[in-house]
Amino acid sequence: MRVLVLADHDGESLKPATLSAVAAAGKFAATCDLLVMGGESSRAVADLAARVMGVAKVRLVCAESWQHASAEAAAPFVAELAADYDAVLAPVGSFAKNLLPRVAALLDVQPITEVLEIVAADTFVRPLYAGNALATVRSRDAKKLLTVRATSFEAVASEGGSATLEEVASQAGQAGESDLSSWTADEVSKSERPELTNARIVISGGRGMQSGEHFALLESVADKLGAAVGASRAAVDAGYVPNEYQVGQTGKVVAPDLYIAVGISGAIQHLAGMKDSKVIAAINNDPDAPIFQVADYGLVADLFEALPALSKALDP
Amino acid sequence: MKVLVGVKRVIDAYVKVRVRGDGTGVETDNVKMSMNPFCEIAVEEAVRLKEAGTASELVAVSCGPAANQETLRTALAVGCDRAILVQHDGALEPLAVAKILAALVERESPRLVLLGKQAVDNDFNSTTQILAARLGWSQGCFTSSLEVEGDKLLVAREVDAGIEKRSLSLPSVVSADLRLNTPRYASLPNIMKARSKPLETITATDLLSESDLAPRLEILKVEEPPARKAGVKVQSVEELVAKLKDEAEVL
Ligand SMILES: Cc1cc2nc3c(=O)[nH]c(=O)nc-3n(C[C@H](O)[C@H](O)[C@H](O)COP(=O)(O)OP(=O)(O)OC[C@H]3O[C@@H](n4cnc5c(N)ncnc54)[C@H](O)[C@@H]3O)c2cc1C
Ligand SMILES: Nc1ncnc2c1ncn2[C@@H]1O[C@H](COP(=O)(O)O)[C@@H](O)[C@H]1O
Repeated sequence: MRVLVLADHDGESLKPATLSAVAAAGKFAATCDLLVMGGESSRAVADLAARVMGVAKVRLVCAESWQHASAEAAAPFVAELAADYDAVLAPVGSFAKNLLPRVAALLDVQPITEVLEIVAADTFVRPLYAGNALATVRSRDAKKLLTVRATSFEAVASEGGSATLEEVASQAGQAGESDLSSWTADEVSKSERPELTNARIVISGGRGMQSGEHFALLESVADKLGAAVGASRAAVDAGYVPNEYQVGQTGKVVAPDLYIAVGISGAIQHLAGMKDSKVIAAINNDPDAPIFQVADYGLVADLFEALPALSKALDP
Repeated sequence: MKVLVGVKRVIDAYVKVRVRGDGTGVETDNVKMSMNPFCEIAVEEAVRLKEAGTASELVAVSCGPAANQETLRTALAVGCDRAILVQHDGALEPLAVAKILAALVERESPRLVLLGKQAVDNDFNSTTQILAARLGWSQGCFTSSLEVEGDKLLVAREVDAGIEKRSLSLPSVVSADLRLNTPRYASLPNIMKARSKPLETITATDLLSESDLAPRLEILKVEEPPARKAGVKVQSVEELVAKLKDEAEVL
């Protein structure tokens, strides 16, 4: 089988989730090709990609107009490349969620999103109902188009491979932008903390935090642990923190070694994003909060006392 | 500007679903059904566009069994002008739903199609992208704000890194994310009024062939996820830190 993986990257380096998608591709075939699309700086990303274990060939699209490529422009291009492959995979994230189904549509394929397990070349496990049910599905489509959850596939090594590099231009020669959709601005909050989906420890706050200012209490603990900061939907909706902090069914899915939920009740939609964490700790002043049903360690306490105490206890 | 809104009927998002013992799916008998929460947001946005004078007519569409009429009545009660039920009793995947909606777009000629970001039953998050591709239209996925400016649509999209703003050309297919708006409740008089608004029923096979509607994915089994075993309560922050260090070895 020939497998193409769409690289998710930020213009500087591959997102770790891409390494998990390459690992997932390994369930189909010993090696895969990796497609890197982006602006001028993506050439450096492609060099890094060529060292990833299990990648036979890096295919690179590198042009100014691809800096903020739209799905509208990229999909026909990827669909054209897909002719050479039996499967096209991409790691779950806003890049693939936006692009991969559009590619699938052009190939008349039903995309299979959020894949947790590759059982056979045509059989996959994916979640339903916020992960409260797991479906094993067999695809009748000749080509398979999947998004895979990074938390379900152990990343391949980022070093040790020696892929060839090929610069590709589409037959249509189209640019990354089209009349249909043009980029105008990004609003991103820069943080020195580790990225949420890749952190070893995540500490998240919920409505119980009461305000954005109070998140400083969490951040103090996060910085001592080298942790990423996350949030429940309620905390994001209330404007305490930006949308990219949201963990859950419709936010980010995380599975760190340690997840600390603070002032979060534990609604199923939140659990969907963190219940595969290795160890879960919860701080909540309601002893009956559902979060305690999944927490390995539960502390019934007022977070405004517990967080400063926790910060202090972590001082060397 | 005419707007088409896709609404799906799903098990209520706050119901704890139970997997059927025979592994064929989840229990749906006597379970509360509601409009998919993201579709509520899509409907609300359409109504706001109409209130602002940007949208002229709002057409709600639902594909599925006859019971989906209930969901369409809800959309009418909130402010849609008329509704179309595309009746089909078998399973419909996003690819088939998108094909149905594309056929309706041809018939109705809307300038904007508003859908939810994802249906919380199957969690596919694909219909918007597939429909936009089939129509050759722009797509505004996961939008948290939307503004019509001439023949352009300015959207803010919730992406991994934060917010991405794009200018889309109309016609367009847009999917609503959680923070696009807060849906209103239908008032009792509006629920009454909705009963007399037009609701047309067509069968899916009037629009498409059986083979276009047939699922591509065969469900082999549906299971419960492995349960986490219950943990312990600790008495103090100090005990918590000690357990995380010595027992769980994660600090
Ligand atoms: C379609 C849909 C999608 C959704 N997607 C997501 C998602 O992706 N992610 C997500 O998180 N949610 C999601 N939700 C929302 C979800 O259902 C819950 O509403 C949300 O998770 C609740 O957030 P919370 O736990 O912070 O707030 P609440 O449920 O209000 O809980 C706050 C908790 O804080 C505790 N608390 C209050 N004060 C203190 C104190 N001083 N000290 C200690 N504890 C305190 C309370 O006891 C309570 O348990 C979604 C819902 C829908 C319908
Ligand atoms: N059966 C359906 N009838 C009408 N609209 C639907 C249907 N299925 C999906 N949609 C629309 O597509 C959105 C995304 O669904 P999905 O791609 O299945 O996650 C939903 O929020 C609806 O707006």
